[in-house]
Amino acid sequence: MSNVVFQNIVKQFPAAGGAPGGLAVQDLDLTIEEGSLVTLLGPSGCGKTTTLRMLAGFETPTSGRITIGGRDVTHLPVNARNVGMVFQSYALFPHMTVRQNVEYGAKLQNLSKAELNSRVDEMLETMALTPYADRAPSRLSGGQQQRVALARAVVTRPKVLLFDEPLSNLDAQLRERMRDELRAIQLRLGITSLYVTHDQSEAMAISDRVVVMRNGVVEQADTPMNVYARPGTAFVAEFMGKANILEGEVQEIGEATVRTRIAGASFELPRGPHPLRPGQRVRCVLRPEYLRIDPQGPLTATVKRVVFQGGHVEYLTEIGGQECTVTDAQYFHGGIAEQGRPLRLALDTRPVWMLADDQNTNALKAA
Amino acid sequence: MSLQTDTAARPGAGWALPAPLRRIAADPWLFGIFVLLTLSVLVFAVLPIVNVLKQAVWTPEGFDLAALKTTLAQPFVWRALGNTLILGATSALVATVAGFVMAFAVTRTTMPGKGFIHAAALLPIISPPFVMALAIVILFGRSGLITRELLGIRNANVYGFHSLVLIQSLAFTPIAYLNIKGMLQSIDSALEDASASLGGTRWTTFRQVTLPLVTPAILSSILLVFVKSVEDFGNPMLIGGPFSTLAVEAYSQMVGYFNLNAGALLASLMLIPSMTAFLIHRYWVSKKSYVTVTGKPTAQSIRISGARVVLPLSLVCYFLALTILLFYATVFYVSFTKLPGVNNTLTLDHYRTVFTAGFDTLGNSLYLAGIATPVTAIAGMMIAYLLVRRAFPGSFLLRWGTLLSFAAPGTILGIGYIGTFNTPPLLLTGTAAIIIAAMVVKNLQVGIEAGTNQLQQIDRSIEEASTILGASSGRTFTSVTLPLLRPALFSSVAYAFTRSLTTLSAVIFLVSANWTLITVTILSQVETLKTGVAAAWCCILVVVVLAILALMQLVLNRSARER
Ligand SMILES: Nc1ncnc2c1ncn2[C@@H]1O[C@H](COP(=O)(O)OP(=O)(O)OP(=O)(O)O)[C@@H](O)[C@H]1O
Ligand SMILES: [Mg+2]
Repeated sequence: MSNVVFQNIVKQFPAAGGAPGGLAVQDLDLTIEEGSLVTLLGPSGCGKTTTLRMLAGFETPTSGRITIGGRDVTHLPVNARNVGMVFQSYALFPHMTVRQNVEYGAKLQNLSKAELNSRVDEMLETMALTPYADRAPSRLSGGQQQRVALARAVVTRPKVLLFDEPLSNLDAQLRERMRDELRAIQLRLGITSLYVTHDQSEAMAISDRVVVMRNGVVEQADTPMNVYARPGTAFVAEFMGKANILEGEVQEIGEATVRTRIAGASFELPRGPHPLRPGQRVRCVLRPEYLRIDPQGPLTATVKRVVFQGGHVEYLTEIGGQECTVTDAQYFHGGIAEQGRPLRLALDTRPVWMLADDQNTNALKAA
Repeated sequence: MSLQTDTAARPGAGWALPAPLRRIAADPWLFGIFVLLTLSVLVFAVLPIVNVLKQAVWTPEGFDLAALKTTLAQPFVWRALGNTLILGATSALVATVAGFVMAFAVTRTTMPGKGFIHAAALLPIISPPFVMALAIVILFGRSGLITRELLGIRNANVYGFHSLVLIQSLAFTPIAYLNIKGMLQSIDSALEDASASLGGTRWTTFRQVTLPLVTPAILSSILLVFVKSVEDFGNPMLIGGPFSTLAVEAYSQMVGYFNLNAGALLASLMLIPSMTAFLIHRYWVSKKSYVTVTGKPTAQSIRISGARVVLPLSLVCYFLALTILLFYATVFYVSFTKLPGVNNTLTLDHYRTVFTAGFDTLGNSLYLAGIATPVTAIAGMMIAYLLVRRAFPGSFLLRWGTLLSFAAPGTILGIGYIGTFNTPPLLLTGTAAIIIAAMVVKNLQVGIEAGTNQLQQIDRSIEEASTILGASSGRTFTSVTLPLLRPALFSSVAYAFTRSLTTLSAVIFLVSANWTLITVTILSQVETLKTGVAAAWCCILVVVVLAILALMQLVLNRSARER
């Protein structure tokens, strides 16, 4: 058992001058199931690294409790926790060869010489590093350095593996490849992992669960699919990719659908878990790909700006006074609309998601 | 970090000590070393200085205001203080201007022969401070090679302020030169390019961009040379003549008149200008620096090649370099001359004297510096690590103790040592240990500074990576941090060794019949007018220092190539 549990974690850094600063992390409750990979996602300064470093032991929580496999590690020193970590800068020892780097942690575990060598050899082989074993890390490519960092972190068979933006030093293409490699190895080793990033597509591609943080607070923790398609808040909706949040009015509440009026047109939208009443104003999340250009479509938009992106054209439009982004991948059939022109749009209603806005939340609490 | 640990002590939260105690409990060994180093610094750096301050106002009968007043009423005290300040200020200005010209010419112009200028500038740094004094007497003295032989001047008076300024300027210009050159090299050349691309002329760029950016280095050179000049003992001793400085006056009060009070008082007075300069440097100049000195020279694109600029700068540089060389060549020549100015026949007599007298004192110097050097370098690295990476309670004692030892002139340290270590349990007078301790304390801060700079460039996560892999702090220090500190370690070894070998101001008080040092021997030979033998010793010392530095460089290169 090596699931990780954060209970009521609060972290406050002393601000300069001795007065208490703001809270870097507030009342964090989080469970990482054994063998799963959980991603902490959020804008800069939201407390991701701080959370990770508390699990590693580099920071001590101001209050709260952290357990690994049921064992309280809140005040355990770093080197007694048996966690592995891949650093943003890789932090490879520059004065040691690749092999010496990988060996370093294993050597501290009092393994027999044979066991040590076979483990290290196997790890170098797994990471396709055998040909570089005697090189200095500075003479490796970014991707190879990344693999050394990973090999070094897992060779000690840690209970938990931590990643702090491990891919941010790589170029876009390599980043995707390494991302898939990291995930494959994590799944193969079945190692419980906490991964920090501020790239939402990376988070969705790699995780079992995504934890979206903001100002030290967890906004939503869910599967990648749910975080994207069923965001809890407007912040999450917007952070997880392009999102149009259009306001509508509830007209009629049916069994599975809600008749909603958006910008003068009526739609049968799927009914979410939040309570609703007729006449209520709701905010609906419409991803750009839910909209398509259709001369018969019920919505009329005005093109404000056109951005050509190769695979698709992105229109920044206005619908009934609200901003709305539309993407068109079929532009080679219908041509590209010009700025100022009206655009008729059809909406795929099935994925549309209604946000629980403040009113709804209050209603939920009252119920 | 003062965390609110009380809130952490909720049920089941495990044991929760206050943060500082937890840091100690996590690394008991490291804390032990910290305590040991802090105590050593307190005993060997702070205590002696405090004792001198006490000695200045206490007679054996207790606090004696009257005695203090009597001493202070004597004009020689104020004359010495005034002389010290004037000499320090003049030398600082002259040396800094000269150093700036050299640094600018070397880094920003196409002046030919830069290697030669650079090499000449390094000579004074690796030789005993008073080689210059020896040379000036021979060149410009009563029977000087230039004054009498060349110009036919009789009764030339070489002793006094003018000679001291000349000599200290020559001796300390290299310090300013290296300091300013480092800053000029670390200015991103893009800044000067940007000014030029915006239409700035060379002169505008120099005035508006280059000069403001190196101002911190210029100011810090002025302060550094000032402190060096205040501390200088050998040169004022030999050629100050009637122009007496605090260092010399303190020495003659102590050793000549056995007047401990006056000696201590004069040494304490030296602390005022030194500490003032040092504090200005620490709290004002270093804060003004815009350039993060990485020690990595950046690519240099603009080089001034116009003769109108290069020619005058080159003339100044060559004049300085040739003057330095002339002084050293003089010493070399004298070491092979019977009696310069009187009997100029060449001879090997002086070297014969040296070889028959034996190399005991040089051996002593090498032996003691050889012990002091590794201690200085390792302790410097450890202290840098403890101060930068660990915040143990009480680390301010360590920080301020080492800073004090650096700012305090050697004279006060030397006087403090004889006063402090003459009774059990700290009975060290007359031993080798007291000399070694003085050498270590005097040079420690340079190692700490080098280690600190290097540490700040080492990504902290490299050490964290080691800890998270299961290594203890001690293990992390020895197998990760220390190897990465090697460049700093080597440079402080080189510095500590040359300084320990050529130092005079502190150890002059500490040598004994059993343990005397080569610098002290040379000084006494100059005083007894055995100029030739002194010159021979100087030459041998310079050669030995050069050889050892070359050897160190060789080892460093070899070990760098191994990786
Ligand atoms: N050692 C520290 N001392 C004081 N404040 C800190 C310290 N470390 C982090 N903070 C503060 O805590 C907050 C959270 O920082 P954290 O590093 O966890 O952010 P992050 O989510 O990792 O951001 P990024 O994406 O930029 O890495 C920030 O406001 C930061 O300024
Ligand atoms: Mg971060």
